[in-house]
Amino acid sequence: MAEIIENTGSGKKEGGRRVPKKMGAHIDMTPMVDLMCLLITFFMLTTAFSKPKVMEITMPEKDNTEDPKDAPKVDAQRTYSILLTADDRVFWYHHGEVPEGQTFPTTINKTDFSKDGLRKILLKKNEKVFTEIFELKEKVKKGELVLEEDSLNSQIKRIKKSDKKAPIILIKADEKTKYKSIVNVVDEMAICNIANYAIVDIAPEEVALIEKAPK
Amino acid sequence: MAKIKLKRAQPHVDMTPMVDLFSLLLTFFMLTASFRPQEAKVIDSPSSVSEKATPDKDVISVLVSNDDKVFFSMDNGKDTSAHFRNQLITKINDIYKLSLNEKDIKTFGQGSSFGMPMNKLKDFLREEDAGRKEAMQTGIPMDTVGTQYPELAIWVAYARELNPLAEVAINGDAEANYKTVKKVMDVMQNAGVNRFNLVTNLQKEEAKLEDIK
Repeated sequence: MAEIIENTGSGKKEGGRRVPKKMGAHIDMTPMVDLMCLLITFFMLTTAFSKPKVMEITMPEKDNTEDPKDAPKVDAQRTYSILLTADDRVFWYHHGEVPEGQTFPTTINKTDFSKDGLRKILLKKNEKVFTEIFELKEKVKKGELVLEEDSLNSQIKRIKKSDKKAPIILIKADEKTKYKSIVNVVDEMAICNIANYAIVDIAPEEVALIEKAPK
Repeated sequence: MAKIKLKRAQPHVDMTPMVDLFSLLLTFFMLTASFRPQEAKVIDSPSSVSEKATPDKDVISVLVSNDDKVFFSMDNGKDTSAHFRNQLITKINDIYKLSLNEKDIKTFGQGSSFGMPMNKLKDFLREEDAGRKEAMQTGIPMDTVGTQYPELAIWVAYARELNPLAEVAINGDAEANYKTVKKVMDVMQNAGVNRFNLVTNLQKEEAKLEDIK
């Protein structure tokens, strides 16, 4: 225990003058230490170290015009649809493979959220952009290229825009989908550096396709 | 034979360094602690690779719990003297005749997220018991019944009018149904919000070139 050591005079007579015996000031610190332990534990447990992060998504503007002619035209060869449903099941199809004159395919491909599932598919489709961004980031990491955070981001943006063949992903989720799945898919877009994606409504025909698909 | 008497030494531990260290730690934790207001429900956010920090101020946040209840919250803004929460509730009180008094408005101003139909708000603000208070959080109605707009839309519309700079954050539970989140987003989009911040936990993950092969 912390204490203040003092000369404890023996109190003997010095030249006839009586020196009073000095008491060693001894403070009991136990309660203070107890309280401190308690407070530290409290603060340690209540402190939130990892501040929550946010993921930004921009939804396509709602158009109230029902006219299909107004719908934005996209190149079918570039467009892929990802269909989501309950229990983390994921399906996808390529719009370019849909038979002529039809809007929906007859079958859809099954995949999953693993590294070799959806990620691999997306990376393959987006290979050019991904490789360029990856190499740029590697250069910055190794110090071969010195770039400010801002200019790095703008370069990445430019690369993303440059590829006119980069995939366009449409994310569609049915009614049974968990919120987690949507976040997972949007997250994959960020990991694979996919520039063009949107969360859109699912068509009843697509719901039927999911139901027909093997479990 | 003479017995050797061992002098029993008083164990005397010097606690000074320990106390020093404790004081240091205590000071550190006290200074770094940031208190977050108690939210209406515990939300288990999904994880993502995003590293953008959640905005502290000027946020309209909507919580979606795992049982698909929706809660609304708004902060007082960067300049806390603006008292956006108080302004918001005063406005809603005037328009929708909730018959709240000064004290209720003050209670609301200091609160955080809430979720109940508007007509229950008065009882909620006056309830003292924490347990019953929690039971009253039944979620903000999202359907268009009677009134022209769902109640969430009303809250959002007035909140945006008061603080046009506010961003919208959706704090959904990983197990919440997308259907509910979608409904929230629809309400927001009708109010002119197209950009959302989805609150997530950071989980580092990176794709490598080899992953393509």
